[in-house]
Amino acid sequence: MSKAEILGNIRRGLGRGEPTAQQRSAAESRLAAKADNLIPKRGQLPHDEQVKLFKDMAIEAAAEIIELDSTSEVPMAVSEWLHKMNIRELVSASNAELTEMDWSALGDIQRVERVAQVGDMASITSSFAGIAETGTLMLHSGSESPTTLNFLPDVHMVVLHKSTIVGPYEDAWKKLRAAHGGKMPRTVNMITGPSRSADIEQKLQMGAHGPRTLVILLIND
Amino acid sequence: MQIKSPEFKDNARIALQDVNLQKALGNLKAGFPVKRANAVERMPEFEDLRDEARDLKNHILENLDVYLEQFESKVVENGGHVHWARTSDDACKTILDICKQVGAKTVTKGKSMVSEEVNLNEYLEKNGVQPVETDLGEYILQLREDHPSHIIAPAIHLNLEDVSEAFHKHHNRPKSDDPAVLMQEAREMLRKQFVAADVGITGANFCVAETGSTIIVTNEGNGDLTQTLPKTHIVITSIEKVVPTLEDMSLFLRLLARSATGQEFTVYNTLSTGPRREGDQDGPENFHVVLVDNGRSEMVGTELQDMLRCIRCSACMNHCPVYGAVGGHSYGWVYPGPMGSVLTPQMIGIENAGLLPNASTFCGKCESVCPVRIPLPKLMRHWRENEFEKHLSPKAVRWGISGWGFFAKRPALYRWVSRSSAWFMNKLAGKKGRISRLPLAGGWTDWRDMPAPEGQTFMDQWKQGKR
Repeated sequence: MSKAEILGNIRRGLGRGEPTAQQRSAAESRLAAKADNLIPKRGQLPHDEQVKLFKDMAIEAAAEIIELDSTSEVPMAVSEWLHKMNIRELVSASNAELTEMDWSALGDIQRVERVAQVGDMASITSSFAGIAETGTLMLHSGSESPTTLNFLPDVHMVVLHKSTIVGPYEDAWKKLRAAHGGKMPRTVNMITGPSRSADIEQKLQMGAHGPRTLVILLIND
Repeated sequence: MQIKSPEFKDNARIALQDVNLQKALGNLKAGFPVKRANAVERMPEFEDLRDEARDLKNHILENLDVYLEQFESKVVENGGHVHWARTSDDACKTILDICKQVGAKTVTKGKSMVSEEVNLNEYLEKNGVQPVETDLGEYILQLREDHPSHIIAPAIHLNLEDVSEAFHKHHNRPKSDDPAVLMQEAREMLRKQFVAADVGITGANFCVAETGSTIIVTNEGNGDLTQTLPKTHIVITSIEKVVPTLEDMSLFLRLLARSATGQEFTVYNTLSTGPRREGDQDGPENFHVVLVDNGRSEMVGTELQDMLRCIRCSACMNHCPVYGAVGGHSYGWVYPGPMGSVLTPQMIGIENAGLLPNASTFCGKCESVCPVRIPLPKLMRHWRENEFEKHLSPKAVRWGISGWGFFAKRPALYRWVSRSSAWFMNKLAGKKGRISRLPLAGGWTDWRDMPAPEGQTFMDQWKQGKR
């Protein structure tokens, strides 16, 4: 009943009944066009400048960036970083990019592929895109990339390819539609730096409920 | 939440004398406005984005029924459910029913002002379902049996000592006055809750009609754990949150964080589209969206329609001298500050909330920072007129206005009276030029001197050619 009442009220307010085909057309053409609104200049730079902007903005948002020349360097970089932090386990997504890496460099660090659980120290996932204008990572869920990996562990490590960095959010949406035939993945995460809160006296504290540390493994491809 | 808006004047008087509250409000005034100004400075297109956002919201409202139905059909297409709730009661019942269907004992909650508006926590508790707030600010408030005093910084009225005491009392741990330690405590306590909960309830900042997605914008990550770990995810949101496309959502996201906390972008912007897909290893198995109306649909087509553009950033209250002086609780209901002074009378009645739109000097700061350019002073004036028309304003106000009206309609008399009063007040003030006591103006002179007129009225000066 509520639905009819609510829509009835709205239509009365708009001074019409159920919309005619013509009255629907303004909304429908907007939905079909998926047109960009104003995109700030900083989202429209050439690609190499976008990469620089991405790095600057991500670092400003307190992410750590490790630059690598190829994905083959990822296991060693991860190993060194985790050893430095005295972490001996790594929960991993099971997508091809990660499973196909030679992880022997991890040494005594145990790598498992599963969803994240309470108490997990570190996770590693791939990413779908980087968004330069605010240093934002775009990740999405799928059978090989559980969402919990992005939120439960203390440390979240993310592989990002320079070639997937775009300027504005809008370009990431277009890329996402193209990759998934217009259907949204169940969860899309836009992540800009590690978790934080300023709920106590407006003083910023890092590491609220999500990861305390976000490490971006930036591949120069 | 109990309505205390009719006691606004008493609430405000007490708030002004509350040393701890005044200290806490100092954090707000020194923080948000400065951060917003910096963020705006770094985005040269900010004013143009505001214009576009205003126009887009107007377009959405002109086509609200079409977009809502499109949103619903997309949620259903993705395996989710949409529930329409005309009133608070409808919303609470719907959510309780879902909780009962899945046999829920505890629900975790991300921050949602709509859930405050419909008084969801109290309703669930009364019916045997335990809600657990997971946003740090909301968690602190729940331990203290308190309510938010701000729409994005709910515990802004508290100081470190208050949090420290509440945690010490409830966590059985040594008392700490280090915010980092306190946050760590909350993190540990809530981990267990996230995993144990049967249902996770979040709000939504926007609902995307194109895809049937809802989005939450958070810094802590609590909303994400709330919606990912339990078997059922319920989104409680309101009908004006719908936007056409992902591109359109992006326009609002560019404005939201900058206007709210002054961040370039909030840490987690997460879109949820239906329940978990085949093969997914985590994520909720059930996905429900509850679309709350609660008086909003009646605003369409009226002067108040502009208020439906609001994206709940809190910039208006962060910049409001009245909010900054008396805090959010003085307003006596869920939504404080300028946006609350417009919305509250619509939701709880002007007869209960009449003092709120009157608690403004119309300085215009709120409108000047609103990302969707809502004419807040104009809408507060709408309520003042409505209150007057319904004969709800206090007698003194009505007599005062009628008295003024009597003179205003007789220009010669009006000029003579103002000339005499200016002369009289000038004499009364004597050499110091200020009046310390004035009949009928105790509300002013009890606290500060009234500056005296210099002797001549504007009209007299005009005649003398002083232009």
